[in-house]
Amino acid sequence: MPTKILLKDLHQPGIFSYDGYRKAGGYTSVEKALKSMSPDSVMEEVKTAGLRGRGGAGFPAGLKWSFLDRKSGKPRYLICNADESEPGTFKDRFLMEKIPHLLIEGIIVSSFALGANVAYIYVRGEFKKIIKILENTIEEARTNNLVGKNILGTGYSLEIYVQTGAGAYICGEETGLIESLEGKRGNPRLKPPFPAVVGLYGCPTVVNNVETLAAVPWIINNGGSAYAGIGIGRSTGTKLISACGHINKPGVYEIEMGLPVEEFIYSDEYCGGIRNEKKLKAVVAGGSSVPILPSHLILKTAKGEPRLMSYESLSDGGFVSGTMLGSGGFIVMDEDTCIVRNLWTFTRFYHHESCGQCSPCREGTGWMEKILHRIEHGHGKMHDIDLLVDISKKIEGTTICPLGDAAAWPVASAIRHFRDEFEWHVLEPKECLIRNYGMGKEAVVI
Amino acid sequence: MVTNPPIIFSTDTSELVKKIITRYPEGRQKSALLPILHLAQAEFGGWLSVPVMDYVADILNLKPIEVYEVASFYSMYNLKPVGNYVLEVCRTGPCCLMGGEEILQYIEKKLGIKAGETTQDGKFTIKTVECLASCGTAPMMQVGDDYHENLTHQRVDELIEEFKNC
Repeated sequence: MPTKILLKDLHQPGIFSYDGYRKAGGYTSVEKALKSMSPDSVMEEVKTAGLRGRGGAGFPAGLKWSFLDRKSGKPRYLICNADESEPGTFKDRFLMEKIPHLLIEGIIVSSFALGANVAYIYVRGEFKKIIKILENTIEEARTNNLVGKNILGTGYSLEIYVQTGAGAYICGEETGLIESLEGKRGNPRLKPPFPAVVGLYGCPTVVNNVETLAAVPWIINNGGSAYAGIGIGRSTGTKLISACGHINKPGVYEIEMGLPVEEFIYSDEYCGGIRNEKKLKAVVAGGSSVPILPSHLILKTAKGEPRLMSYESLSDGGFVSGTMLGSGGFIVMDEDTCIVRNLWTFTRFYHHESCGQCSPCREGTGWMEKILHRIEHGHGKMHDIDLLVDISKKIEGTTICPLGDAAAWPVASAIRHFRDEFEWHVLEPKECLIRNYGMGKEAVVI
Repeated sequence: MVTNPPIIFSTDTSELVKKIITRYPEGRQKSALLPILHLAQAEFGGWLSVPVMDYVADILNLKPIEVYEVASFYSMYNLKPVGNYVLEVCRTGPCCLMGGEEILQYIEKKLGIKAGETTQDGKFTIKTVECLASCGTAPMMQVGDDYHENLTHQRVDELIEEFKNC
């Protein structure tokens, strides 16, 4: 049986409710941490575990915690980032819907380690059902003295509040999220200072993804070294992968880091292969922001080694022949997919979601969208292709937050690996329209 | 002559507003702005008019511009009237791969309006939205609190029929 950590009790009866969760061993890490460990020793276990941020950046969580300013005398905050908006990613929604107490348990133990007495869960506004679920779950935990004053008689107090967003991808960026939580537009802040020093209300703050916090209870129960023993190299533990696109079995899968990509795509245990017995054309492995890879480079690295589901293996080859694990949003495209059309829809997304602070992103995403629209709809020129590359280079690294990079990488990589398809769109504009890639037969070209 | 009802939260909502404000430290009531705008939109006809935004500004002791700039930034707030049922159809990459654009066109044709428009009877508005984290069950749309997933023409027909009869 493959190792499961987050979803190990998914099929336990009643796992959604407090009683069922408790019966399956839930909340033992709260007892253990609050009654027999110091905050620092909890943090040390997370450091030893090598747990890395599961929102996309992959920064070591324990290290992030250690940067928190503990001497300022100001209140400290933990914020759970549940603003899951990266196209292709739906793992946090799944986790919160199925095992909401796991997140609350993770938040309690993590807040204890950070010395935070207030934690906010920032949930994207569209998740109206999840918001209700979380509020009920917190109330159940409160009834059982796991949230509120003097938790389990240990003297430690914690309030957890659910904060609703209102439809802005940018609020998944931690400083954009903090601005939004302060009741403002989600414009990301210049760093430094980092939130660990100046965060929410100017106070030291840690922002962690849902999946990251949900891994903490297992680490505390079993020890950081046990967690570090799972996975491969610096990619420790397990990862939730949300798989979508042209596969037989879309859904959320928990994999042990190091699983071969080929096995993930073709095994019946996971994606179950490409639907309609088509061939694999390309994969966007970590949410729409990471570089797209053609089938030969996603299954094997440029060196010919099998590509594995881990931070290191997926990024092997850098941006020339590699990609990133990112958020775990695994988007699979079959041989009939139009790469140009797909890129146009992605770029439209970034244009729509740019907060507008930095001109390279605000203007550049719009230009890229327009040019891609032109190419896809049969009005492209050959020099448009180089123009796209040029714009993407001028956005990359020139913006306050990584949304600029996230918009640039898909464009640069699609042209790097599928340049002939862009050229073909320019030379034979009618071909693509006739084949109407990705759309049903009745589709009318806009 | 039609007179507009006064803009004032119901007793229940007012209680909820007070409760929400206590979630933040003293003097940080501005943090309650996003949640309260959601309540206001739900209570005052599904959109945020200028008088409604001014009312919220008043409650939170903010300048009206602080509310306007937030309301116009976030895509979930409607700044003009919408129909009783807002069909929020996902048009981001993963849904498009599974025929999301075609579903959007089908809905537009069926209702005789384009995305961003409202039917004459005020029943339906079509709104395109970006990724709602439902990519494994694409194509999809959100209506109110509910996600409608794995959409087909038949499913769209059923849903619209259901809403019409509500």
